[in-house]
Amino acid sequence: MGAQKKGGGGARVSEDAEEQSRQRLQAILLADSFATKFRPVTLERPKVLLPIVNVPMIDYTLAWLEYAGIEEVFVFCCAHSTQIIEYLEKSEWYSHPNLVVRTIESHKSISAGDALRYMYEQQTETSQIQGDFVLVSGDTVSNMPLADLIQEHRDRKKKDEKAIMTMVIKQSKSSSLTHQSRLGTDQLFIAVDPLTKQLLHYEEDKIDHPSGSVCLDKSLLESNPSVLVCNDMQDCYIDICSPEVLSLFEDNFDYQHLRRHFVKGVLVDDIMGYKIFTHEIHSSYAARIDNFRSYDTVSKDIIQRWTYPYVPDINFSGNRPLRLGRQGIYRACDAVLSRSADVGASSVIGYGTKIGDGDKILNSVIGNGCCIGSNVVIEGSYIWNNVTIEDGCEIRNAIVCDGVKIRAGAVLQPGVVLSFNVVVGRDFVVPAYSKVSLLQQPTTEDSDDELEYADSSSATADQLSGLNLQMESKASELGPDGAGYIWEVCEGAHDEEWKHSVAPIPEDKLAEITQAIDDDDTDDESVVPTSGELKSDADSINTDMNDPNDDYDYFEKEVEGTVLRAVEENIKVDLVTLEINGLRLSYNMESADCAGATFYSMMKLAVDTPHNSASELYKNAASIITKWKELLGFYVKKIDEQIEVIMKFEEMCQESPKELGPLFTQILHLLYDKDVLQEDAILRWAEEKAGADEADKVYLKQCDTFIQWLKEASEEEDEDDEDEEEDD
Amino acid sequence: MPDVQSMVAEFVNKLRKRKIEGSQATAKCTVELLRSVISHQRVPHANQAAALIDAVKAVGQQLVAANPVELAVGNVVRRVLHIIREEDLSLTTAAMAGLDLLDASDDDDIDNCKGIGYPAMSAAVVAAAARSTLRPPSLQTLLEGTPESATVPYTSSSGADSESKTADKSSLTRKLKHDVIEGVNQLIHEISGCHEQIAEQAIEHIHQNEVILTLGSSRTVLEFLCAAKEKKRSFRVFVAEGAPRYQGHLLAKELVARGLQTTVITDSAVFAMISRVNMVIIGAHAVMANGGVIGPVGVNMAALAAKKHAVPFVVLAGSHKLCPLYPHNPEVLLNELRSPSELLDFGEFSDCLDFGAGSGSLQVVNPTFDYVPPNLVSLFITDTGGHNPSYMYRLIADYYSADDLVM
Repeated sequence: MGAQKKGGGGARVSEDAEEQSRQRLQAILLADSFATKFRPVTLERPKVLLPIVNVPMIDYTLAWLEYAGIEEVFVFCCAHSTQIIEYLEKSEWYSHPNLVVRTIESHKSISAGDALRYMYEQQTETSQIQGDFVLVSGDTVSNMPLADLIQEHRDRKKKDEKAIMTMVIKQSKSSSLTHQSRLGTDQLFIAVDPLTKQLLHYEEDKIDHPSGSVCLDKSLLESNPSVLVCNDMQDCYIDICSPEVLSLFEDNFDYQHLRRHFVKGVLVDDIMGYKIFTHEIHSSYAARIDNFRSYDTVSKDIIQRWTYPYVPDINFSGNRPLRLGRQGIYRACDAVLSRSADVGASSVIGYGTKIGDGDKILNSVIGNGCCIGSNVVIEGSYIWNNVTIEDGCEIRNAIVCDGVKIRAGAVLQPGVVLSFNVVVGRDFVVPAYSKVSLLQQPTTEDSDDELEYADSSSATADQLSGLNLQMESKASELGPDGAGYIWEVCEGAHDEEWKHSVAPIPEDKLAEITQAIDDDDTDDESVVPTSGELKSDADSINTDMNDPNDDYDYFEKEVEGTVLRAVEENIKVDLVTLEINGLRLSYNMESADCAGATFYSMMKLAVDTPHNSASELYKNAASIITKWKELLGFYVKKIDEQIEVIMKFEEMCQESPKELGPLFTQILHLLYDKDVLQEDAILRWAEEKAGADEADKVYLKQCDTFIQWLKEASEEEDEDDEDEEEDD
Repeated sequence: MPDVQSMVAEFVNKLRKRKIEGSQATAKCTVELLRSVISHQRVPHANQAAALIDAVKAVGQQLVAANPVELAVGNVVRRVLHIIREEDLSLTTAAMAGLDLLDASDDDDIDNCKGIGYPAMSAAVVAAAARSTLRPPSLQTLLEGTPESATVPYTSSSGADSESKTADKSSLTRKLKHDVIEGVNQLIHEISGCHEQIAEQAIEHIHQNEVILTLGSSRTVLEFLCAAKEKKRSFRVFVAEGAPRYQGHLLAKELVARGLQTTVITDSAVFAMISRVNMVIIGAHAVMANGGVIGPVGVNMAALAAKKHAVPFVVLAGSHKLCPLYPHNPEVLLNELRSPSELLDFGEFSDCLDFGAGSGSLQVVNPTFDYVPPNLVSLFITDTGGHNPSYMYRLIADYYSADDLVM
């Protein structure tokens, strides 16, 4: 077929061979996510072969690439490569008339960067990638046309050698509450030149700054007449790349992540001057299945037919088409439904599946060959193939993999993921958000975020062989007649679990967030513009002289990060001082600035620690100050520096008058008690403030008695009464 | 025959991905594909017709499965099967004639002759076949003298011509295939010529100063209206835009380019305008055996409005759109739900589509077709003339063999 294909291409492009090769549309498909978000399921099967609405993800991607006119796809397999290759061999893709599918295997790659470097090395041997190519991952569901976009990219490349990549984005509003897109990813901030569509800034890291601000490089605003900053865009992870991208990866061997490293690296790098452009799609659909939440969302989008023609009732890749009935119910023609079963809207029922009496099925996808007993409730769940569910079970918002057995009366609470062949015991209640697998959870050391399930294919086999033994001994985790281990949630992720789960965000969580936002609003209205993305940006537009200020902001942020890390990881004081000193030198700051920034971050930490009342907040602050007073002490040796700390504190109190305001005196006193501040400093501050506006004197008045007390104390102790005289 | 197979695979692929649109284009592609299937099909000496039928059926099943909603594919496959059967029959009659001639000669010859053409066929079967050939021709064939019926006497006579028994073997084999391909070519000709055939009748239906309403875009309707215009009829056309694909806009553009007085209205204004309209003319996606019509979405509304105001509702359909099946639940089973993005912009509404948030989410339904029951249709105009909905089943009996209805 391949030879034939080439013949066809030759007929069409009758020019020289080089021209022909340039016309050939190629794509690299990364059949590995290089992440662990789909664990434990991905321990046994590669992510791209997981079914979404009963069709493996990779089929959606390949069908779309073929439809979009791509002629050659390199499928890059890493983990479980044998399974992927076996699947492709069995499927019709290897013998497809219009699409040549080649697989590339590499077990060493642990990131997208490694994969592309491997491709580059291969390329020099066989020259596979001849021109611009499309870079997607094997979990992309889309129906966007590519031919025009590739042409656009080529035209731009002709005009501007440096335009090496075009990135596809799509409008998708993220939730105002959770700052999370509908696909469960973090909110994305991008800055684009509205005329040329050049990408200027890209930020999707966990944005935890409560003020919701994004920092843009000021030079962006100098070099571009207008900048469009959006937070309602979704990155589709579909890139049109020029060959330079591969060599860039080769040159920068530390690029691992496509976005976090590569895109940011290119944007920052002024020397090479490479540019990335964006392309916004409107009517077509594109999304990447990145976590369980997006699995849920994309499944629903497919059922709602946004991905047309890649929908269950159309045979797009050798799948058996289902029949679409009213209310969006897709049903296989040989599925057996009991008369009393109630199948609700937007459900999918696969081939050879039996559904018993009195079952209630709503918003769920049920795979092929499942057997469901009577009086079962299935809501918002994804049941894969050959699952047996006995009478009276309740399953809500769960993912149930192939071959699972759920015994009578068992209950799956929202967010549960049952991996392959797990058995849930009679009347057992699987707690919410738990992940259950026959395989034991790998020890946490190797579950580094970037590290893929390395060598898992061999490990899996070993573990499976010893499985029966394990099952005997530990069967009780899922009830007396169950089999499987409930995985423990990793430390940090515990709070995040609801974010990425298949289950909808629970009401109480939403209420909690709403509450938090309300609090924030009342607290720091003065600082944050309503949705607050443009704060620092606006500053830099107004003035060029703001430079030091800007620098100070950055510096303060860095210090804050350092202190935060120090507190979390309990780093020694000298090391922290060393680090802060380093920052001081690199930002060219004074020691007083260090004092201010350090104190600021400590107080911020205290405020950010959850607390219910003012006294708790005080306790938090007290404990932090007590613990880290040495650090602070290092910078507040001089009176000026101490005054700087007080000024900073006053500033903070003004920013959040409700929380810190009432505690001003108490904390000041504490600082005095702990010998961080000397009375001289406090008194001098009081002096300086005495001449200020009434509005500025709020805190001075608050601590009036304290200052009075200080004065009296000094009168008693000191013979030298200069201070008093001046005061009088 | 790898090339035929890959052609089939490619076409199946296109059908699956909904790359081909419009029943005429699909029908044409299907016939051309079937023609090459037939011409590449190796025909065994025995039972050639059955071999051809099997081959066509096998391909046909794949094609129909690829897009069950595009009924034109199934129609054309059945038409081709019908042609094969007819040609086979006429050849049998010819063989019968030969048989009669040879009757006087010795037994060996008879055996020989049978052995060549129809070894499995007993004399009784041959006789039965001959009898069925003599069935009365349909009213349609009598009236129109369609090309198909014209081929029958031709082949039978030529079959009778082949007296030389030695040449019989090869010529008979080649004959059937040749005749079938000839028939298929005629079908292709018919499909590509259906617009002109239908348009020729325009002058009889559209009168001076009339107001015509149409919905969506159909090439047949375009040609029909233009044909009337060319005959110096002056009339006005209202085009309902046909949301959400707004193909009515394209039609309006074309009509204006050809100098017709055109007005575009929204679909929802159809009822308001219908009282001024003299005739509604619609292009069909498919016509079912009961006379029901599957057309672009919104057609049923227009038909009901026309009924209410006693405005004639005329449906134009080439003969390849006649489907021998009776509709069952056509609103769902013969419909195609397309992407909701044709209705609204995903980005704008993405916050309503957030299933994770737990709140109620937005559902969008975008059906492509509408079913108009036969009692709302006043007249069908096909390439063979105007017909009443109740006459459709008879027309279908002319075009299809009962054996092929279930493939």
